[in-house]
Amino acid sequence: MANVSTTALPAPTFGAALMRAIRSFGLLRESWVGMIGVGLVLFWVVVALLAPLIAPFDPNATLIPFQKPGAVFPGNDTVPAGTFWLGTDQLGRDILSRVMWGSQTVLIYAPLATLSAYTVGILMGLAAGYFRGWIDDLLSRIADIILSFPVLVLYIIIIATIGASGINIIIAITFASAPGIMRIVRGLVLDLRNRDYVAAAQTRGEGSWRIMLVEILPNARGPLIVDSCLRLGYVIITIGVLGFLGLGLPPPDPDWGGMINETRSMALAFPHMVLYPCFAISSLILGFNLLADGLREISLRD
Amino acid sequence: MQFDENAPVLEIKDLNLSYWTRAGEIPAVIDFSLTVNKGESIGLVGESGCGKSTVAMAIMQYMGGNGTIKSGSIKFKGVELNTLPPEDLRRLRGSAISMIYQEPFAALNPSLTLGTQLKEVPITHDGISDAEAHERAVKVLGDVRLPDPERVMAAYPHQISGGQQQRVVIAMALLSNPSLLLLDEPTTALDVTVEAGITKLIAEIGKQYGTSQIYISHNLGLILEVCDRVFVMYSGEVVEEGTIHSLFTWPKHPYTHGLFGCIPLPTADKNAAPLKPIRGQLPLPHERPPGCNFGPRCDFFVDGRCNSRDIPMSSVTGSAADHRVRCVRWTEIDFAAEIAHGEEKPPLTIGDTVLEVDKMQKYYEVHDRSIAALISGQSVKLVKANEALDFDAREGETVAIVGESGCGKSTFAKVLMGLETATGGEVRYGGTNIGDDPVRTRSPKQIGSLQMVFQNPSDTLNPSHTIGGQIGRVIKKFGVESDKAKIRERVMELLDLVKLPRDFYIRRPRQLSGGQKQRIGIARAFAGNPAMVIADEPVSALDVSVAAAVTELLTDIQRDHKTTLLFISHDLSVVRYLADRIVVMYLGQIMERGTTEEIFEPPYHPYTEALLSAVPIADPEVTKREIVLEGNLPSVMNPPKGCPFSTRCQHKIGRICDDERPPVQMASNGHAIACHIPLEELRKMEPVIVVPKAEERIHVTQ
Repeated sequence: MANVSTTALPAPTFGAALMRAIRSFGLLRESWVGMIGVGLVLFWVVVALLAPLIAPFDPNATLIPFQKPGAVFPGNDTVPAGTFWLGTDQLGRDILSRVMWGSQTVLIYAPLATLSAYTVGILMGLAAGYFRGWIDDLLSRIADIILSFPVLVLYIIIIATIGASGINIIIAITFASAPGIMRIVRGLVLDLRNRDYVAAAQTRGEGSWRIMLVEILPNARGPLIVDSCLRLGYVIITIGVLGFLGLGLPPPDPDWGGMINETRSMALAFPHMVLYPCFAISSLILGFNLLADGLREISLRD
Repeated sequence: MQFDENAPVLEIKDLNLSYWTRAGEIPAVIDFSLTVNKGESIGLVGESGCGKSTVAMAIMQYMGGNGTIKSGSIKFKGVELNTLPPEDLRRLRGSAISMIYQEPFAALNPSLTLGTQLKEVPITHDGISDAEAHERAVKVLGDVRLPDPERVMAAYPHQISGGQQQRVVIAMALLSNPSLLLLDEPTTALDVTVEAGITKLIAEIGKQYGTSQIYISHNLGLILEVCDRVFVMYSGEVVEEGTIHSLFTWPKHPYTHGLFGCIPLPTADKNAAPLKPIRGQLPLPHERPPGCNFGPRCDFFVDGRCNSRDIPMSSVTGSAADHRVRCVRWTEIDFAAEIAHGEEKPPLTIGDTVLEVDKMQKYYEVHDRSIAALISGQSVKLVKANEALDFDAREGETVAIVGESGCGKSTFAKVLMGLETATGGEVRYGGTNIGDDPVRTRSPKQIGSLQMVFQNPSDTLNPSHTIGGQIGRVIKKFGVESDKAKIRERVMELLDLVKLPRDFYIRRPRQLSGGQKQRIGIARAFAGNPAMVIADEPVSALDVSVAAAVTELLTDIQRDHKTTLLFISHDLSVVRYLADRIVVMYLGQIMERGTTEEIFEPPYHPYTEALLSAVPIADPEVTKREIVLEGNLPSVMNPPKGCPFSTRCQHKIGRICDDERPPVQMASNGHAIACHIPLEELRKMEPVIVVPKAEERIHVTQ
């Protein structure tokens, strides 16, 4: 049989896996909705990455307060001249620069919080769905209790207890979102655990966690990827809301929710102070939602 | 819309159907012609993807979003359906033409009573009153042999069994007194004994109502039982058509001939006359070869003649009238000179006892959490999935466990594999009791020596991992090899063993066909050099020709490795072909066990007798005694107190059957029958299946 096997078989490597991921991402091109979503998300990612280069001013520099969009800054000893394209806030900080720098905050904390919520939710869901019995009962009841709290109250309680900081925002979001993720994962596992390949793994004596993580979890990835895009949108809203409630990142670093909160009392007189951060939040969330729609469209087609 | 009552019920001429996919236009059915006369029953037979269901959909003018009727005509009683306005079509569907689908539970609405759903048909189509519709529905329910029609009318679909549901679906189709009934695999989802009842009903209904039928199936045996004419389809084309008698006795097309070589008929034998699988694979619709679609797989292929142009249908002259075949060489091929079966193989010598099952029991506790159960204190119910199983298996032997759904055969497999532990008794494997040894506490060697081949090809492999990775994992886990390169080499050897190309190593399951996946499943089971393999219906989900190849592969590997094979199945024809000994189970208990000859010849257990009669055999010259069981399989939750089979037994002798466990009677050393009827009585039974001697066969005598 030696002559049969002369075809060189490339060993599965990380590079090959990456290529496959890129190719399956290429499928998105077939969905218009998905492409718009990708465009919006990519736009904000680029802005966040380039914020230090393209932001016209230091986001925390207090220059001239209450400037309308398009007002010109003549320049002073330390700051060179420029234009406030989106105006300034009540402390004289350039809104465009703050929106740009704020995108960094959101795009760091939202994915981190989502990832953290997913890690906890997936582990809980796998355990509940795979082991069933009292573990399932216990985890499901805990999830029910957390989900029965009004989310906002929950956030306020957590942040008020442990203090407002980046890490604590992640903890709060994980605590509030993990039960929902757990329910999705549990449902998927209940279906997948009855497959013959799981039985095959059991009959060769594989450990429970290996079966859950290697045999079951990869096959649940489709719905989870779609859900994670949607959830990323919700987390951005949440971070915005926390900022608005004053429970977000401590000032003066720019944070979209915080910007809206600080200027809302002046919204009627100076709408630009509130509107532009609002636009930023909604466009990013829209991006993630459209991306999720596109992914779902593709997953349904095949 | 004016029907011509003198025209044929259905006349299809030169029909071409296509689907539009991302890959472009895919012709699904090519050059299809068919005429159905009044009261006639037509069989469409073929493997999956041959276009048989597409034809049915085209007749209903329901091709979905991406299907189109390219050309040709479909005339129903002289009316052209292809150009009929939607409103007329709507009135036609479900009244003049009815369709019955494969899965009855999907065809019935779970949230409406059966009565409501049944009455809807005549009320919509004939505009009669509710009371009249009720009366008519009750009458038709009686016609489809449903006991207590009034109760069925008030019931919801989940309250009746699968067989009863299919009877209701048939009743619903008959309510409007259709001229044409389309049946798309109507019994595939049902158990064998239930299937036998439905098949008989369909044949009777055709005669009683004078309804023309088009019966779609992959099972030649079923077609033989219900149809007058049969059309064999292959890759979108009809390759042969003829009367049942003519086509089954003198098949002319090499494909039809090949199909018969793939079916485990009573004349086949795994050593003397093995199955002869058709080589190669069904071509994909967009990769069909020029000329004859079957060419690349045909033993009689002649370059230049078979692949030069499209092959037309030609009429067979001589042997039988009204028989047509799509082959240019049909006059030249002498099938009688060809050996219809594969090469003879040496039988396997049977060694020492490997597995001993000794009074093994498996009970499940079912917790009733209702308040009533809590108050009465009866919150725990025992389900006896396996009750006192007693049998053994020897090295190199094939032992079959036969039974219908819920008989406990899969539970037994779980105990053997260590996924469950036995409640009582012993399962001795290689001398040690593994009955209460879950898989976690077994040694890798023990686990590796006892492996399993699963039923469902789409489920048996993990879609997320490569083939090589999945087999390699097993080798590593069982400690056969630990070095990476050696594992890889061993995987390659296993791929050779199951006759698959080595570059499957990097493929993923979705790139494989069902038969190929099942081969990988076999390779995986043999990765740990097992002494014993449990095969749980390994071929029941595969097409006929693929199933034959997988069956042969399994027996070949078994022969080379002297493996003990525990074959779990509901299909007695495969079991007869493969097994040395058979265990017949019903509701968790062994009804009869013995060698294959002993099981197939009297004395029979009454259940075995019914099972044998229920299996369709695709050979018109085999005579079968007809035994149709009444009633349904009892629930395992609430089995009969005495003999489990007493509620359906055709030979029931009285109260003793209901009240007492039947004694196990030994008809010979190793042939045990659990029945109250004395052995002498059982011995007097006639054989169920009678196979004519080779020299008495029609195609030999004529």
